[in-house]
Amino acid sequence: MAQVQALRCRECAREYDVAPIFTCEWCFGPLEVTYDYDHIRASISRETIAAGPLSIWRYADLLPVDRNPAVDLGAGFTPLVRADRLAAELGLGEVWIKNDTTNPTNSFKDRVTAVALSKALEFGFKVAACASTGNLANAVAAHAAHAGLRSFVFVPANLEQGKIVTTAVYGGNVVAIDGNYDDVNRLCAELAGTYPWAFVNVNLRTFYAEGSKTLAYETAEQLGWQAPDHVVVPVASGSLLTKIRKGFDELHTVGLLDEAPSVRVSGAQALGCSPVATAWLGESDTIKPVKPDTIAKSLAIGNPADGYFALDAVRNSGGGFAAVTDDEIVGAIRLLARTEGIFAETAGGVTVATLAKLAGDGVIRKDERVVVYITGHGLKTLDAVAGQVGPTATISPTLDAFHAAFDADDLLA
Amino acid sequence: MTVTVRIPTQLRELSGTAAEVELAPGTLAEVLAALDAAHPGFQARLFGDDGELRRFVNVFVADEDIRFLDGLATDVADGATVSIVPAVAGG
Repeated sequence: MAQVQALRCRECAREYDVAPIFTCEWCFGPLEVTYDYDHIRASISRETIAAGPLSIWRYADLLPVDRNPAVDLGAGFTPLVRADRLAAELGLGEVWIKNDTTNPTNSFKDRVTAVALSKALEFGFKVAACASTGNLANAVAAHAAHAGLRSFVFVPANLEQGKIVTTAVYGGNVVAIDGNYDDVNRLCAELAGTYPWAFVNVNLRTFYAEGSKTLAYETAEQLGWQAPDHVVVPVASGSLLTKIRKGFDELHTVGLLDEAPSVRVSGAQALGCSPVATAWLGESDTIKPVKPDTIAKSLAIGNPADGYFALDAVRNSGGGFAAVTDDEIVGAIRLLARTEGIFAETAGGVTVATLAKLAGDGVIRKDERVVVYITGHGLKTLDAVAGQVGPTATISPTLDAFHAAFDADDLLA
Repeated sequence: MTVTVRIPTQLRELSGTAAEVELAPGTLAEVLAALDAAHPGFQARLFGDDGELRRFVNVFVADEDIRFLDGLATDVADGATVSIVPAVAGG
């Protein structure tokens, strides 16, 4: 791959050749792909991108994969929807929703999975695997089926039924663990050292994580090659937030943005699992792991591996953090649905509740162009709202019954 | 009386490829010091210049993250397992 230089440790800067490795051998820090931006700049242009596929692969020049064709179920290039009714309700001027609910398996994990499994095929792996709170399991099982790979996905046994069924249907192995996500993760780290499998978020993680940059690329392209002023991103491991920031910076580096971006990046967490928000709010440099207890299961990472980098990104960019309650999460899911017709899963509720809180606090300003990343579909977490919404009325099939249930004034409005 | 320290793949070159090393019980600090004495090099890889565990090194005693226990003072009793695992991430 001419566009990639090496893998580099984010903690101590040691470099490694391209391989399915994810931690620094010296200090255990996470590895990152480094690119030859001069080489990329020489061939990439707005026109080459516009002529590319309607998926993440239009940005192949900036992704660490050589393989053509890549594993492509159509992940990415999701709608960027202007949210005027939501903005008005929150006292904001300009809000856009990046609607990743429309991906092939209805979450942004399709992006990172497509990159990871394309890379896995390049490395010669025959089995795809992952540790997951649900969305990644869906994505890996589906993409593995599409690519003809066997799969093993590991999830906490108490995951929402919908997420388990929508993983198992693709025919791979689904292993339900009696424990929380961190327990699942730890088991997978040990299995990744034992079996020659492509664990997309373990040994393939370095490549997998790069797929998240496409959320920034698409945002800029869809805004007419401009970076927004402020973005709100949910934080589980912290990887998504850091890669979105990296994505905007890279666009400028390779000449696709006229001006250097100055995007304020704000992070969203659930109060019941908010190790990074706690560090930010407490102005601390130390992130203390927690035991998650929140309905936002897809964000329930008690020990976030990219937590420090997410904290730095928010601090350095002038963003903020909020930690929102389960009630606020559900309220925000309904707010987004009611104002914009977009149905988000609990992680999306966390993000919109954070948008509301930071807007109320004045951290997000009315003069800013704000983009909110909605990372998964509400169908994944139906239980969160199922008890709160239902028929407006259940009546006999008669005009009288209908008129008894609804006020005549309402019907004529 | 012994405790078992499980060695991650990244560090098996130090343990002579062994995935597990058996040592005497004690505090975690004592067990890790004994690990380094038996297989020199662990100290430098696990600990930073400040004498603290490097921030991306996760250590579990009996399946519990030591940050929820007593850190390096955590007691590792006879029969317990210590796992050294790099920080992993979300899904």
